[in-house]
Amino acid sequence: MIRGIVRFVDERTGGSPFLKKALRYVFPDHWSFLLGEVALYVFMLLVATGVYLTFFFDDSRSQTVYHGSYAPLHGASMSRAYESVVHLSLDVRAGLLMRQTHHWAADVFVAAIVLHLLRVLFTGAFRKPRDLTYVVGATMLVLALLEGYLGYSMVDDLLSGMGLAIGYSVALSLPIVGAKFATLLWGGPFPGSDAFWPRMYIAHVLIIPILIAVLLSVHLLLVASRHHTQFQKSERESEQTVVGVPTFPGQAPRSLGLMFGTWGVLFLLGGLAQINPIWLWGPYHVGDSTNGAQPDWYLGWLIGALRLVPSFDIVIGGYTLVPNPFWGGALFPAVVFGLLYLWPWLERKLSGDIAFHNLLERPRENPTRTGALLAIVVWVFLVFMAGSADRVYVFLGLSYSHQIWAYRVAVVVLPVVTFFAIRRVCRELLAGELVREIQRDAKDKAAVT
Amino acid sequence: MVTLLALAAPAAAADSGKSLYAANCSTCHGSIGEGNGMRGPTLRNVGARAADFYLRTGYMPLEDPGRQPTRSRVLFSEQDVRRLVAYVGSLGHGPVIPHPQPSRGTVSVGQKLFADHCAGCHQIVGEGGYVTGARVPPLEDATDRQVAEAVRIGPYLMPRFSKTQLTDRDLNSLIAYIDYAKHPDDAGGWALGHLGPWPEGMVTWFLAAAALVGLCVVIGKRLPS
Amino acid sequence: MSRVKDALVSAVVLLVGRAAPSARPDREPLVEQGSPSPGWEVVVLILLALVAGCAIVFMVLFSFEGLAHQTQYLGLALGAAFVLLAAICIVVANKLIVTEELEEDYPDLEHSAESDDVEQVVVDSGSRFTRGRLVKLAGFGALGTLGLALITPALSLGPAFATQKLKWTPWRRGRRLVDSQGAPLKASDIEAGSFYTAYPEGADRELIGSPIVVVRVPLADLKSRHDWAPQGIVAFSKICTHAGCAISLYRKPTFVPVEPRPALVCPCHYSTFDPADGGKVIFGPAGRALPQLPLAVDAKGYLRAQANFDEPIGPSWWGVRKGKAYTT
Repeated sequence: MIRGIVRFVDERTGGSPFLKKALRYVFPDHWSFLLGEVALYVFMLLVATGVYLTFFFDDSRSQTVYHGSYAPLHGASMSRAYESVVHLSLDVRAGLLMRQTHHWAADVFVAAIVLHLLRVLFTGAFRKPRDLTYVVGATMLVLALLEGYLGYSMVDDLLSGMGLAIGYSVALSLPIVGAKFATLLWGGPFPGSDAFWPRMYIAHVLIIPILIAVLLSVHLLLVASRHHTQFQKSERESEQTVVGVPTFPGQAPRSLGLMFGTWGVLFLLGGLAQINPIWLWGPYHVGDSTNGAQPDWYLGWLIGALRLVPSFDIVIGGYTLVPNPFWGGALFPAVVFGLLYLWPWLERKLSGDIAFHNLLERPRENPTRTGALLAIVVWVFLVFMAGSADRVYVFLGLSYSHQIWAYRVAVVVLPVVTFFAIRRVCRELLAGELVREIQRDAKDKAAVT
Repeated sequence: MVTLLALAAPAAAADSGKSLYAANCSTCHGSIGEGNGMRGPTLRNVGARAADFYLRTGYMPLEDPGRQPTRSRVLFSEQDVRRLVAYVGSLGHGPVIPHPQPSRGTVSVGQKLFADHCAGCHQIVGEGGYVTGARVPPLEDATDRQVAEAVRIGPYLMPRFSKTQLTDRDLNSLIAYIDYAKHPDDAGGWALGHLGPWPEGMVTWFLAAAALVGLCVVIGKRLPS
Repeated sequence: MSRVKDALVSAVVLLVGRAAPSARPDREPLVEQGSPSPGWEVVVLILLALVAGCAIVFMVLFSFEGLAHQTQYLGLALGAAFVLLAAICIVVANKLIVTEELEEDYPDLEHSAESDDVEQVVVDSGSRFTRGRLVKLAGFGALGTLGLALITPALSLGPAFATQKLKWTPWRRGRRLVDSQGAPLKASDIEAGSFYTAYPEGADRELIGSPIVVVRVPLADLKSRHDWAPQGIVAFSKICTHAGCAISLYRKPTFVPVEPRPALVCPCHYSTFDPADGGKVIFGPAGRALPQLPLAVDAKGYLRAQANFDEPIGPSWWGVRKGKAYTT
């Protein structure tokens, strides 16, 4: 039977040589190499559950009055978009399962990408010839953030409506072009024209998924064509030779297991843990807001930044050149993503290392890079934490304004300290290893004589 | 004879309330509830309503007038509370204790009222939050009566809402919604405290990401070389 | 009849019977061979049965109408099915296949000969051009300009050239204030210690310029714009000048000597505004004071706007301080 299928395919596609190569393609073996795959499988689930959701969502902002099954919202005026999601959540069998799985998957998607990105950065996998692969991946991260933001904003509930107003303000705050840019996207001043909702919808269900899918294919093709990097674990691995597990039979059940496991975790979450219970938040209205509103976790660094920047607009001659949200909402992410994109070239310039690399470095083997990267991670993480200062105040009683001042100092001081400290730690660890190796050699020599 | 006793009873309650007051409240609120400079406001005309609220929530007594009152264990006995309430109520002509009837209200009307007037501070399902300089308490421990009292009084930094803004009927609906919000419809499962993306992010990292990294470690076990 | 029986027996034997998979006897094995592991095969079979069981449970649970906690049960069933599949794959990977460790060469870092050929093909093809550089430049110029033309229609997505619309609000001289029910507000309705949300009479409430907050400030505490605040009643745009959230928090001191002064607070980033002093920012990141709506009381005691806001409302943009808010 297998013979029949293989010959059928080969006669019609000429595919057997490729298949033979593909089946015995070698995968270097380390658990951290699987993180990117996790993101891939999450993306598949996002598309599958997402398609289901499109069958129920009404991308219309026009107002209606609710008379459905959820009593606390009887008589409330809301958009048809919001109503369709309440209906899907509370009246459609398995609707809430699909919706929650989709939303958990979105949160986990970005988390998986970030973990994968950190692994790539800290092991030097982005170096030539994989800098293009890396840039493609960084672009997918940006798209994933945008996609998630659009996805939960489409629902038009109280929390995400507030989030859209903030997004609008950041767009508005771009120097000189902000007003034109924001009114262009929104079709007018906030809350925008009726066309804004279909725009979000099409971007979220068509344009960005296609972009991600194309970039993903390019990313995987590039990885396969240049082969995966590897750690040097023995004499056999080198810049010329890759050692690992072949696709078939070794890697296939492992990858399949990862895929099923990922989907299993997401469906379990989707059924058991409530996420974004929009019927509790109520519909968005321009004049309403709630305490404790937060964006989804992957935008937490932006709310932290917006809360940390002190109160000032830059005004020259009656023109507000730089409104306040620009610094935290636009410049800060631009700098972080700029660093991310330029990292391979920055490193080449600053370290002088322009060679090709197929072997990975353990983080400690490149103390400067590890120190610098961790400094940036600490910087972003501190800003991220600042966004929870109100919750910390509510739970632990630490004054909000004191926390904000502490964070303002910390975001300048701690990254610098981190860089020097981590670089030192890496160097000490390496020195320790060297000493142990010398001692081992001496012992071996003594044993021989 | 019965009438005489009946007349005597509240007076008697107020009397021992007076001694309780003197022992526990007069330092800050003055010997006859006239207030005491920076230590405490006057209690004249605040009525039984205010005393009932502040005492039953444990907001009062407050050791430090500069501190925010917080819900705490009531150290007075039920009898003592009644006596104190009666005494404070007798200082001037203040409002009586309200008796809300949330069963007469409509939850959906209450939801709209809560979103318009309360959610900014108390969070849309009453989980509390932050206002500049103070903590806004969650509402899950607030009884119907305490809510009715607080809405009218506006304790500490909370604004007050009189009958012109929120009629008694509105208040019944508001309380009906608050009661609902204490155990709302959690069709999605584990409610994560109804705090939204903040705990959701923690689940994403500490449960999901941790599980998936664990899965990677189990699957990607190094081969023996 | 016996033919059918024979067929059935053969089928069962084929399926359940144990045998090594039929390798090609005429060839050397290409994959490392390993020893059987029948115990683990049984484990896998049991797990597979459980997966099917979970799937059936899912379908059965789905068929119920109005089952309490249905989402949780469905999620458990489906999630369990996938987790079991993952377990099966891990068992197969570790116990039922041979995990070989192979070596392979990394692909060539570059193919300089072919790259040179590609370069040469392109260069040779231009043998008939004498002003090649100029043609290329003109080509890029033309295509670039055409590209600009092709994206120009994107400008009709929004009023990109009519950004003064950002200054428009429905408030104008004489507009009455109404509450969220549509009932007009009287000055006597506004009590001290409370706060009110109001809208312009007859206007769309979902416009960003519509909602305002109204509070009564004791005249002794009012620091500025007394002519805009009849009886100390002040009105401000409800939309925060930082990032556009509705300012729905009002802080009112019960015991004035020790508690913070009255303030309007935004729940998003906690920008705090002073209603007694023209909506000035007293805490938080907002860079611009809250625009104030000048009020007046008409003959019947109703609150009306004297004019539009003193400044455009909502989050700032570069022209926000140039000129006032307008209605027509």
